[in-house]
Amino acid sequence: MINEHEHQHEAESLLLQPQRPVGIIGYGAYVPRYRLPAKEIARIWGAGDEGLPVIEKAVAGLDEDVITMSIEAARNALKRAGIDPRELRAVWVGSESHPYAVKPSGTVVAEAIGASPHIQAGDWEFACKAGTEAIVAGIGLVGSGMGKYALAIGMDTAQGKPGDALEYTASSGGAAYIIGPAEEALATIEATYSYVTDTPDFWRREHAVYPEHGQRFTGEPAYFQHITSAARTMLTATGLKPADFTYAVFHQPNTKFPQRVAKELGFTPEQIKAGLLTPMIGNTYSGSALIGLSAILDVAKPGDLILMTSYGSGAGSDVFVIRVQEPIRERQGKALSTQDYITRRTEIDYATYVRFRGEITVK
Amino acid sequence: MADTKPEVYIAGIGQTNVGELWSLSLRDLGVQAIRAAIKDAGGLQPQAIFVGNMLAASASHQANLGALLCEWAGLKGAEGTTAEAADASGGAALRMAYTAIRSGMVDVALVVGVEKATDVLDSDIDSLSVRTLDSDYEAAEGLTPIGQSALLMQRYIYENQVEREALAAFPMLAHANAVNNPHAMYRKPLALETYLKAGMLAEPFNLYDIAPLADGAAAVLLARREVVPQNLNHPLVRIAGSSLVTDRFALHDRSDPLFFEAAAVSVQRACQQAGITPAQADFFEYADITTLHAVLSLEAAGFTPRGHGWRLAFDHARWQKQPLPVATLGGHKARGNPLGAAGVYQAVEACLQLRGEAGASQVLQARIGMIQALAGTGSTAVTHILVRAEE
Repeated sequence: MINEHEHQHEAESLLLQPQRPVGIIGYGAYVPRYRLPAKEIARIWGAGDEGLPVIEKAVAGLDEDVITMSIEAARNALKRAGIDPRELRAVWVGSESHPYAVKPSGTVVAEAIGASPHIQAGDWEFACKAGTEAIVAGIGLVGSGMGKYALAIGMDTAQGKPGDALEYTASSGGAAYIIGPAEEALATIEATYSYVTDTPDFWRREHAVYPEHGQRFTGEPAYFQHITSAARTMLTATGLKPADFTYAVFHQPNTKFPQRVAKELGFTPEQIKAGLLTPMIGNTYSGSALIGLSAILDVAKPGDLILMTSYGSGAGSDVFVIRVQEPIRERQGKALSTQDYITRRTEIDYATYVRFRGEITVK
Repeated sequence: MADTKPEVYIAGIGQTNVGELWSLSLRDLGVQAIRAAIKDAGGLQPQAIFVGNMLAASASHQANLGALLCEWAGLKGAEGTTAEAADASGGAALRMAYTAIRSGMVDVALVVGVEKATDVLDSDIDSLSVRTLDSDYEAAEGLTPIGQSALLMQRYIYENQVEREALAAFPMLAHANAVNNPHAMYRKPLALETYLKAGMLAEPFNLYDIAPLADGAAAVLLARREVVPQNLNHPLVRIAGSSLVTDRFALHDRSDPLFFEAAAVSVQRACQQAGITPAQADFFEYADITTLHAVLSLEAAGFTPRGHGWRLAFDHARWQKQPLPVATLGGHKARGNPLGAAGVYQAVEACLQLRGEAGASQVLQARIGMIQALAGTGSTAVTHILVRAEE
């Protein structure tokens, strides 16, 4: 019989930990100002007001896309990090709505923030966990000593087919993180672990405008299976218990899923409250877990322990244990907070929404 | 002249859970149920298997289930074919196995109902289910089986001044009974308030008026008495009556669309063969595909006058005093509706009742059970009378 200690030992060997301790030295959120209430979508499709998955969702404006929004978030992260952008050795954008199929988003972002040309700048794609994949890569780059700083962004202008269940939640927004040495970090990243399988729950084929999904198959065998497996392995490996954490944030495709997965894992509603933004901004896909984390960092205090678990369809979860450090105090106020963006709100109707999202064919 | 045809007994039963069984394939499910039934029958080997299935050729991209399941269940070389009669496929497969033994051509026959209904999207299942209607005259008009049932229910409500709330008792009863069925899809009681606030799916049906489509497999092993092993640890069940009747295929060709005539005739014939009246049945496993099916099945069997079926469930408490338990282990509504397998689940559940193995949902002193599989809005009806065999 395998005892608890052996379990922990086995799980420990699965953790992704760098040689050199690393952390977050700057972070920044961005949410576009436009809001489309779920009730307005329900009105158009003749659905009732009962059981809508969110209250409203954030919508990118006519002149916004993943690149412009990434630039906004990156500038906020740079303000908090207080570094020269030329010190970055990577600008990585994770998204499932990169404006170009071929031509990186990262190069444009890097140029705009003044980070080029001495950088890595590939784009990341893994449904909703492309952003956390970029962070893990950043940990590798910095933790190995290859480069001092890496910028990792999770940002989306998510596509929801008109009339589909996802139209209520697919939204725009995200967050940027600068990974650097632990000594300079406002929060250290203690460990990460990734759990990935071939699970076809949600996908978008080449040239398809909207993603397709397996309806209820996206729940139990996809979202819940991957998040709980990742989080449980992390808890076993680190010997930490849910009660040890001040905050937890899980990928939030709607209001219910993160609440249920938190409960299943033994986290309280209080622990997830600060990072649960989906009801007010919708599901920002690659930005979803990351913008939840930025909202938590906005209010966190030194010593707080945070568990972040992303989920990307296809499918996989990245889980992070993050410990908040002293520099958080003076860096929180150096840029707009996540809540500042959420409260900056202009409500739009469905007609304006379809215009903004380019759903009207004019030629 | 005395009836010299062999009597048919159910020597073994098997069933898988019913639900969204995404990790199990059509063959996994079929084999599990078959092996369980053979084991339950003391290892008795079938010479033939009859498969009840409705959608495998389209939803599972698999036809010729007879050969597939014979091989994978370790019965290579056995006779194996599929019976298809839309939602009544399971009942039809049972009927075919019964006639095979009754005819004297086969001594041991296995019936397995199997369906994978949740591997395709809801919209795809809808378009596949439409194929069970009259393609030229019903489907071409845009009707779906559920849509057609909903229109009939509207007519029924209009004709009989039904109090909408009264219909809640059917799914509530099914859910209450499924709580005690470990294989059921929904093992939670349903509250009246929950029913009343549920979203409308096809006026007047809300979410709880339509049985949820599910995956699952069930099997029964039929044999003539002489070949059944002596030392089985459960009583045998005898099939005392069996009848499959078809109606005018398209609903609009029936003179009285609110009467399931095929269901009525199949009940009469099965009961006549068994030498009983419907009232002598200790329970009735009806095909509650929708609330309409539950109501019209009760009326067709003569348990209530025409236009009064909805009243039978009016007061949930009254069911406890009703002489006729229905959906005793959840019915299609709460056990789940695995389409072509549903009719075989009914047989398995009836056997559990007649053997006294139905746990907390046991119908006291159950000796005679009636089960009925229906296709569409009653275009095919298969009724069987099952009787506990006395030692």
